[in-house]
Amino acid sequence: MPSDRRLEREAAKRRRHRRGQAIAALSSLIVLGGLATLILTSPGWPEVRETFFNWDVFKDSFPDVAKAFWLDVKIFIVAELAILVVGLVVALVRIARSPAMFPLRLLSVVYVDVFRGIPTILLVFLIGFGVPALRLEGVPSDPIVLGGIALALSYSAYVAEVYRAGINSVHRGQRDAALAVGLTETQALRHVILPQAVRRVAPPLLNDFVALQKDVALISILGPLEAFREAQIIEAQLFNFTPLVAAALLYLAVTIPTARIVDRLGGPEGAVR
Amino acid sequence: MKRLSLTLLLLAALCVVGCGSSDDSSSSASAGAASCKKGQLATEKQGVLTVATDKPAYPPYFEDDDPTNGEGFESAVAYAIAKQLGYPPAKVEWTVEGFNASFAPGPKDFDFDVNQITITPPREKAVDFSAPYYKANQAVVALKDSDAAKATSLSDLKDAKLGVQIGTSSLEEAENEIEPSSRPEVFNTSNDVVQALKNGQIEAIVVDLPTALYLTAVQVPEATVVGQFGAGSGEAWGALLEKDSQLTGCVSAAIEELENSGELEKITQRWMSQAAGAPELH
Repeated sequence: MPSDRRLEREAAKRRRHRRGQAIAALSSLIVLGGLATLILTSPGWPEVRETFFNWDVFKDSFPDVAKAFWLDVKIFIVAELAILVVGLVVALVRIARSPAMFPLRLLSVVYVDVFRGIPTILLVFLIGFGVPALRLEGVPSDPIVLGGIALALSYSAYVAEVYRAGINSVHRGQRDAALAVGLTETQALRHVILPQAVRRVAPPLLNDFVALQKDVALISILGPLEAFREAQIIEAQLFNFTPLVAAALLYLAVTIPTARIVDRLGGPEGAVR
Repeated sequence: MKRLSLTLLLLAALCVVGCGSSDDSSSSASAGAASCKKGQLATEKQGVLTVATDKPAYPPYFEDDDPTNGEGFESAVAYAIAKQLGYPPAKVEWTVEGFNASFAPGPKDFDFDVNQITITPPREKAVDFSAPYYKANQAVVALKDSDAAKATSLSDLKDAKLGVQIGTSSLEEAENEIEPSSRPEVFNTSNDVVQALKNGQIEAIVVDLPTALYLTAVQVPEATVVGQFGAGSGEAWGALLEKDSQLTGCVSAAIEELENSGELEKITQRWMSQAAGAPELH
């Protein structure tokens, strides 16, 4: 039998909770309703609805844009796998202490600085049109391959830094302890430091992948018919922007689930370490 | 889970707001020629006629990337239209308008736009077009020493890797007429298509014939115009105006007068005359 005071306390808690919910609902209604009213009553809305949210155009263009989006998905999956490997290699080179590794270490620093510092769209353009112009035997000239390489190079530079931060965040004592029980440097890295580092940086790593999943659209400048390009083509045929909205929804369909995974990884249990 | 469902709910709400079915606004309401009082039209800027085109402006439609010099086909046509409407060259102003911006909703800051824009019924739902001032054929451009350059018919080009510029009707024409085995690649600018051709990333360009002649004469001398096609359908270019513009009828009337007087033919002859020489592909 709970005491009166306890019952009273619980009742007060429930009241507070209900009040909080009511306030949240009301403020949502005011803010979202206000925004909707502002947009829907704006003088240009009928025209905007016709040119950006035209249901008939959406219905007709969505299958084509979705089919083209499959190319985006294939590109970012392959690129992400490459980035995981290249990024790790660059990070490991950069943290290596051996004096013999100095030239490679220098290269890795230059690589990160350069590829992280150039706008991705510029990199895609330069590699996509520049590399084939060299006319080297055996070098790919397929714009999809070159575009994918450009994206992988750009994002590997970011991801290398994410890995490096993760590795540096593992306490020195972990390495010392590993060496003390008889592991070599390499074994300590492989079995003790990296597993902890990778788990720690998973959220920022996936965060970069969310960015990459959108940036695949940049490959369109090289000619391949991916979702954004396909949408632009229909847009130019119809003088209607709805296909671009359809493409935007498709990008959201992959970036939002990835973002949710990031949230879960970085959730309460990971907050305190 | 809660957050996910909230996101979905928001998206659904946005769609309820946004994805409403469209009601077709009535099309083609052009003012009669009666209100086309010379030099006193209801233009964007009182007393001057504002004409738009994209930048860079390419030959043979414009020369030296300068629409104001009256050189080049579309520059000449624009000044001729202006003259018909009662605006001497001093009363014509040019403004830069990107292709996408030219048909985006919202107020326009030009009276009409000349940018090799093909008149099609779907596009007429979004903008007004004047009467056509040119009918363009499509052309195929390939490097002189390539297999594609030896094509004598459209079916010879079926397996060639084609490239086109975004927003042009060349894509539709290429897909419908050549029926290529793989879809053409689509580039942002004419320069990008040319670079891809030089790189061997594509084997042939499909482009408006006058552009093809310019490309092969100036930009890629190592390429040749394989031939032209689409003579039957012939794409008609019109001046683009804001939807339901009061000026549409006036501009159309001006173009028709230019056509009747033979002036348009003269301008076309001067700037586009080479277009007749290319062999036909069937």
